[in-house]
Amino acid sequence: MTGGGPRATEARLLAGAVFVTSFAAVLLGWTESPELPPAAIVTGLALAVTAIVAHLTVRFAAPEADPTLLPLAFLLNGLGLVFVRRVDLATGSDLAATQTVWTAVAVGLLCGTLLFVRRIRELARLQYTFGLLTIVLLVLPLVPGLTAGVINGAQLWIDLFGMRFQPGELAKLTMVIFLAAYLERNRALLSVATQRFGPVLLPAARHLAPVLLAVLIALVLMAGLRDLGSALLFFGTFVSLLYVATGRIAYPVVGAAFFAVGAYVVYSLFGHVRVRIHIWLDPWEDVSDTGFQLAQSLFALGTGGLTGTGLGEGRPQDVPFSATDAIFVVIGEELGLLGATAVLLLFLVLVVRGFRISQTARDEFSTLLATGLTTLLAFQTFVIIGGLTRLVPLTGITLPFVSYGGSSLLSNYLIIALLLRVSDESRRSAFGEQPTARRRGSETSSEAAS
Amino acid sequence: MSRQISRLSLAVLLLFGALFVNLNVIALIQADDLANHPANRRLIIREYGIERGPLVVGEQAIARSDPTGGELEYQRTYPEGELYAHLTGYYSIVLQRAALEQQLNEELTGQPTEILAQNLGQLLGRQDRPGNAVELTIDPAVQAAARDALDGREGAVVALDPTSGAVLASYSNPTYDPNPLSSHSPSEVNEAWLPLRDDEDRPLVDRAISETYAPGSTFKVVTAAAALEAGVSPTTPFPDEVEYDVPLTTANIGNFGGGPCLDGDEIDLSDAMRVSCNTVFARLGNELGDESLREQAERFGFNDEVPYELDVAVSAFPGDLDEPATAQSAIGQRDVRATPMQMAMVAATIANGGELRRPYVVDAIRDPDGQVIRGPEDGRWSGPPGDGRPVSPRTADQLREMLEDVVEDGTGTSAQIDGVTVGGKTGTAQTGGGPTVWFLGFADDEIAVAVVLPEAGADATGGGVAAPVARQVMQAATGQSD
Repeated sequence: MTGGGPRATEARLLAGAVFVTSFAAVLLGWTESPELPPAAIVTGLALAVTAIVAHLTVRFAAPEADPTLLPLAFLLNGLGLVFVRRVDLATGSDLAATQTVWTAVAVGLLCGTLLFVRRIRELARLQYTFGLLTIVLLVLPLVPGLTAGVINGAQLWIDLFGMRFQPGELAKLTMVIFLAAYLERNRALLSVATQRFGPVLLPAARHLAPVLLAVLIALVLMAGLRDLGSALLFFGTFVSLLYVATGRIAYPVVGAAFFAVGAYVVYSLFGHVRVRIHIWLDPWEDVSDTGFQLAQSLFALGTGGLTGTGLGEGRPQDVPFSATDAIFVVIGEELGLLGATAVLLLFLVLVVRGFRISQTARDEFSTLLATGLTTLLAFQTFVIIGGLTRLVPLTGITLPFVSYGGSSLLSNYLIIALLLRVSDESRRSAFGEQPTARRRGSETSSEAAS
Repeated sequence: MSRQISRLSLAVLLLFGALFVNLNVIALIQADDLANHPANRRLIIREYGIERGPLVVGEQAIARSDPTGGELEYQRTYPEGELYAHLTGYYSIVLQRAALEQQLNEELTGQPTEILAQNLGQLLGRQDRPGNAVELTIDPAVQAAARDALDGREGAVVALDPTSGAVLASYSNPTYDPNPLSSHSPSEVNEAWLPLRDDEDRPLVDRAISETYAPGSTFKVVTAAAALEAGVSPTTPFPDEVEYDVPLTTANIGNFGGGPCLDGDEIDLSDAMRVSCNTVFARLGNELGDESLREQAERFGFNDEVPYELDVAVSAFPGDLDEPATAQSAIGQRDVRATPMQMAMVAATIANGGELRRPYVVDAIRDPDGQVIRGPEDGRWSGPPGDGRPVSPRTADQLREMLEDVVEDGTGTSAQIDGVTVGGKTGTAQTGGGPTVWFLGFADDEIAVAVVLPEAGADATGGGVAAPVARQVMQAATGQSD
């Protein structure tokens, strides 16, 4: 990255992301017909326009923010658009157009957030509002009149203005905001160990209450809403944040223990959880029925091999939920291990940047917020890719930015918006409000030292 | 908090590392197994996207691929399904493949299957290239004659061109229709498959090559061959007994229908063959010894894998026989077992002057441009010592004359065809149920044939039941009519 400050870097990276995406869209189009397909031009143009708008907004509202977040999000998003279109071609659906609209809306939301949330602390003051919002969002799919009913065995969707929406996606975000604020206030209290429990020091029982509450919420999610993936995410993110805030390893340990016990109870009580575990242990036992989804995922990846079948040459129509949860295996089949690894690396870079932002953040709230948001992204990526590759039991959640789904896209761009805001504030506070030419160099060295 | 975040990011890094390792295991190590897993539809869709070459008999395709316009692009159809079922086999998404569809799969698809499985992407360039056409040696008239002559009875017919080894007919009844088994609808396949699999008449079994039967008196040809090779002549006299007193046992061997074979005095080898004289051949067996009989049988292909495009069951002449067993074996009873293919090879050897040609059913394989990729896999063949000569030309001539006598004035008169010199040998093997009746024979050196009807009914004989079938089949080949 040579000269010009973080925004120039961002502009170059964004141009690269848009170029790669457009190129892939054109390649995909060519598998259909030799003429340049309009769908490819639309995808490329839409992405270019939204990228310019987002870049200009960041330039204005968060000029010192991390230059890699936006390009990474756009590249993943663009890749997602190409592969959603790929699934469209295979199944005759028309999801790519909708997803393009959602991309515009999500980027608009990112811009709006950057413009209106000028100080991240403003969010901390609203912590209980966010706490309440989390619960409201979670129970929304159960409200008669709003609920879209049970889809694919889970009740997670609402119908609003003719759009299908998954409020749980946003709830993850509001929960992290609430938690970051809550932990910032109570972190000293929670760090004090007052009772010995075998070899581990534990805080007083009443301080453990929030942990138990989180376990409870996770288990209710798992059993009640049949949303195993979100349960895992909520819980993992919560326990990680608690550990980061207090420095007490006892929290994740005890949390895991409680979770294990709770999970076993849920396992024994609920058939659908049991089925999930059985599939995980032996997907081949019932390949045509319960094991079908996981088997198809593995077939796709195995058929793809190292270099893949080539764009447009796989069979996404054989893989259930190929546009949403399983989009990663569509990429794996057509672009092979190399393509899948590239996607994995993009996420890894995103996560590493996220943790770096949290470590250089200006205050504790910002640190906790950035950590929580990054952890959310990381865990979500891990749970779905791990599920599709049989590393962990498969649960239905989206791959951030890539999977088809408006709610997912919105909440993930919100995460980027908040991370951009945190990183902008930290760099501004470190070098004052005056933009100077000197800043770029010292920033680099401070990063290297951190 | 910085330290905790570092640890947390390390933990996340480990999780991503696990994802990466796991992805490698799937996409590299398990890739082949996953790509070839029977439940992975990709392979079958790619396979059915290839226009598989036809199997051709005469001018007609007996197995061909018709475009469907569906996801599985080509449907395999068998216009005369039941007539050729045991040759063509089926081509099924549920049952895989059978018979020539299986054995010639690579030729018919035009590419080795392993490549299909390994890198589907690389195949794209070749995807539209149809497979190769396989032309068979079958003579449709002879094949149809075999079906018509058996007329629904259980049995099998194998007809060979003695001079080349080309299979002119290979028919087994009961048969089945390969069309529903090759359906693209799994339920339709199962609906057709389950009754076939469970049918007590076993229509899926190719009796022409994959079943062995007691050859009965047709094996006397092998015994006679051993004797002639050992210096016995067609005119060598033997006692014409009512019973041959088998050593070591009280279970003596008598003749068919009781009594002596001729006048009860003497009978020479040729006459013994003509009237199928058990006592002479049983005695002859013990005089030659089991070693000598086995050696001769093995020269014809017994106890060996017969080279052929399809798997042929091994015909057996057991080892280490005592005298009673040798006497029984010399007349084709006891544990001697033969496929119709094996007995047709015996007949063909005699019709071809003692030289055995390996049987083959693939005449030519042509690529889509009509170029011949390979011709027939023919040539001389025999069991040990593998010189392609089970008997000397002299022995073959003597045997031919003896067998022509059988048809002219012996047990095989119902195989006679006007204007054609026919030779042959009947067989009626006593088994548990009804007798297994046989006829092996030849018409000049145009066709050699073996016919078996394993459950022919209590009073059936080779001469009465099997010889007329052979006659009808040979007639179709020689172009003579009644």
